[in-house]
Amino acid sequence: MSTATKDVAQVTKDIVAPWKGKRGGIIPILQKVQHEFGYLPDEAMVTISEETKVALAELYGVATFYAQFHLKPRGRHIIRVCRGTACHVRGSLGILERVISELKLHEGEVTTPDLRFTIEPVACIGACGLAPCVMVDDETHGRLTKDKVPDMLSKYE
Amino acid sequence: MATFRSHVLVCGGTGCTSGGSDKVLETLREGIKANGLDKEITVVQTGCHGMCEAGPIVIVYPEGTFYTHVKPQDAKEIVAEHLLKGRVVERLLYKEAMHSEAVPHYKELPFYSKQVRLTLRNCGYIDPDSLEEYVARDGYQALAKVLTEKTPEQVVEDIKASGLRGRGGGGFSTGMKWMFCAKSPGPKKYVICNADEGDPGAFMDRSLLEGDPHAILEGMAIGAYAMGADEGYIYCRAEYPLAIKRLLKSITDAEEAGLLGENILGTGFNFTLHVKEGAGAFVCGEETALMNSIEGKRGMPRPRPPFPAIKGLWGKPSNINNVETWANVAQIMFHGPEWYANYGYDKSRGTKVFALTGKVNNTGLVEVPMGTTIREVVFDIGGGIIGGKKFKAVQIGGPSGGCLTEQHLDLPISYESLTAAGAIMGSGGLVVVDEDTCMVDMAKFFLEFTQRESCGKCIPCREGTKKMLDILIRITEGNGREEDIDNLIYLGTQIKTASLCGLGQTAPNPVLTTLRYFRHEYEAHIREKRCPAGACTALITITIDPAKCVGCTKCTKACPVNAISGTVKQPHLIDQDKCIKCGACVEVCPFKAIDKK
Amino acid sequence: MPKISNLEELKKLRDKSIAETAARKEGRFRVIIGLGTCGIAAGGRKIMEAAMEEIAKRGLKDVSVETTGCIGMCQNEPLMDIVRPGEPRVTYGNLKPEDVPRIIADHLVNGNVVEEKVIGRPE
Repeated sequence: MSTATKDVAQVTKDIVAPWKGKRGGIIPILQKVQHEFGYLPDEAMVTISEETKVALAELYGVATFYAQFHLKPRGRHIIRVCRGTACHVRGSLGILERVISELKLHEGEVTTPDLRFTIEPVACIGACGLAPCVMVDDETHGRLTKDKVPDMLSKYE
Repeated sequence: MATFRSHVLVCGGTGCTSGGSDKVLETLREGIKANGLDKEITVVQTGCHGMCEAGPIVIVYPEGTFYTHVKPQDAKEIVAEHLLKGRVVERLLYKEAMHSEAVPHYKELPFYSKQVRLTLRNCGYIDPDSLEEYVARDGYQALAKVLTEKTPEQVVEDIKASGLRGRGGGGFSTGMKWMFCAKSPGPKKYVICNADEGDPGAFMDRSLLEGDPHAILEGMAIGAYAMGADEGYIYCRAEYPLAIKRLLKSITDAEEAGLLGENILGTGFNFTLHVKEGAGAFVCGEETALMNSIEGKRGMPRPRPPFPAIKGLWGKPSNINNVETWANVAQIMFHGPEWYANYGYDKSRGTKVFALTGKVNNTGLVEVPMGTTIREVVFDIGGGIIGGKKFKAVQIGGPSGGCLTEQHLDLPISYESLTAAGAIMGSGGLVVVDEDTCMVDMAKFFLEFTQRESCGKCIPCREGTKKMLDILIRITEGNGREEDIDNLIYLGTQIKTASLCGLGQTAPNPVLTTLRYFRHEYEAHIREKRCPAGACTALITITIDPAKCVGCTKCTKACPVNAISGTVKQPHLIDQDKCIKCGACVEVCPFKAIDKK
Repeated sequence: MPKISNLEELKKLRDKSIAETAARKEGRFRVIIGLGTCGIAAGGRKIMEAAMEEIAKRGLKDVSVETTGCIGMCQNEPLMDIVRPGEPRVTYGNLKPEDVPRIIADHLVNGNVVEEKVIGRPE
């Protein structure tokens, strides 16, 4: 993703193009833009609004409604700590706390300053049989214990 | 495809994949090739077998030998011993938690022998990416039969007669729902599959989508024919990338084969299907919110009426059913409604898939006929509580559901029986909790979830859940007040009555049922500032029993805040001012000398 | 995937696919070949190939070809067992590949045990 060199407005226009004149495109467009840049840059939002004729306020309304969308840059690796019921009763809070302390994140921070990791608790990733579990990017780590956390994190640079 | 003497099935469900089943698959294929067996033996990647606890799972047919916890080096041994020489690798056979005798055959496992797998019949048995394998299991026969032999009205009648009810939680008669949509006038209608499985602790839909995607497609095509729709959407959570991938592949394959698209099977019936990826909002599991989301709006529920059957997606008559409901349709039409109605109990017919999780030995997916008791599910199929601890409750129905206790163990499962006991069928999450789980903490956990996921459109849900959560937090931190219990009941009842959609109408359930059955735990928190389960950190103290401590220093090393001091071979001591009550020392102590109370 | 344009074609595809996944059914006609070290050394693999070939040639469905380890009758290897549903298992021994087609035809298909090659009935 050499996004820094890419022209945000142009890339966004290309993403919007196939949806012109069609209904129901807003969420797929936002998903694609985010896939491209890792988050939704302001400039892209303005471009989407101009291209689709959907009010900027409405776009932000949608973007802030869904947990999937992010308005700030995120880390290279996303750590999703499952906080589902099955994981909860098998100790996922301890796992979450350990991840936070390993990454030395302060209260309210979700991304490490070096943009290596972003952490987000998720409701359930549907791997309850392996509780407690954590997804790093697309890889699921199951049957975790607090002690396994540093090892797991060390795999991602 | 060619004929092979032996089929080796490797589970490619999410549970097994994260346990490394991809590597196992690769190793098996390499080993088979290296030994020149690739003309005789085929390796197939299947969907979830349901027994996630024992993954990665490998089954060797025709013998039906069931291997568990298979690692790549074990795969080599399976090739060298079993496939080449016919010697079963005893070491890898499944061992029942209660006995240590190995049980080698798939169908003999108690985990499976008590189940009736209708909905899950293909999961773990066929390659979900293969249309041919689905067809081999009578796939698309029901669609063909319906299109050539039945009128749309007859299909609706059959579904009604089968007694099938919404498996997403509502429990409304599927046939009735179809009838409303079928009778709704208009040339353009939609059928929608709700695959936004958001209940924490539920993953049956995920396994169905991953393990048998064509069954959903066939069910939707039949529904579309019955209701006069020609277009459909599957709204799937973005958190399920594998399910989305397999759905897209199965749609492409079915279109190529002429089983979806224009003029299906030469009958003139058209049906196109799209997959929409969700964007992470629990409330989108509610049908009107889901339709808003497909339209690209904020996923907020709409007031009903008008019901979706009259005015749904893009303002057109629409019908939404969840994944498991759709998955039952083709089989009902293939075997006939009587066949389906034959299973079940009282007004709940057929089977239900449960995601059995929590403190139970065999976690996984379980399908049982309605009317099976909780005891059979937890103790016979689930193999009882981990570590022989005491059963306390099952939480059923997720954040909209409630708790059932020991007194309900022999309750036959049905929509009505669960509702009467204060729980709901819900989507089928069944979380087992033992004596170490605090019920107040559990209620708080669910309310944190619903409060966070409340869309904010209506006030009772938005403000009410927040207030309830504040009270629960207060109680678990030792600041509970005497009037809190009454306030929780009052607020909960009001929120249930006044909320706009299912989320708010059910959000107080976890609190209300735990209050009903575990009021004494709330009272202990409020009056005695004590957590009986030893789970609420603000209310516990961790101490070392000097009589049991031998001074091994393990706890000193485990403590993250250096709160434990002591000399080697002398009893240690915890500095209560420093202790953060994380329990790390309790976990590492080999002598059970550390108490958490 | 060729287009399926009517019910007949769907049924044909089903029958073909069923035959190809037949190995996953249990409780049917079985051919079991001894492939322990002794069986392999005595040429058991050739016997198995002959059996698979014969089954394919005759287009037999619902027959599984299984392998098993050493059953302790090493002097009689290669061994092959035939099981018909509801009938006792019969073990043949000292086989050569050319014996196989006859056993498949007479016993497996027609139910007449080929007595001169039988060395035992284990069950």
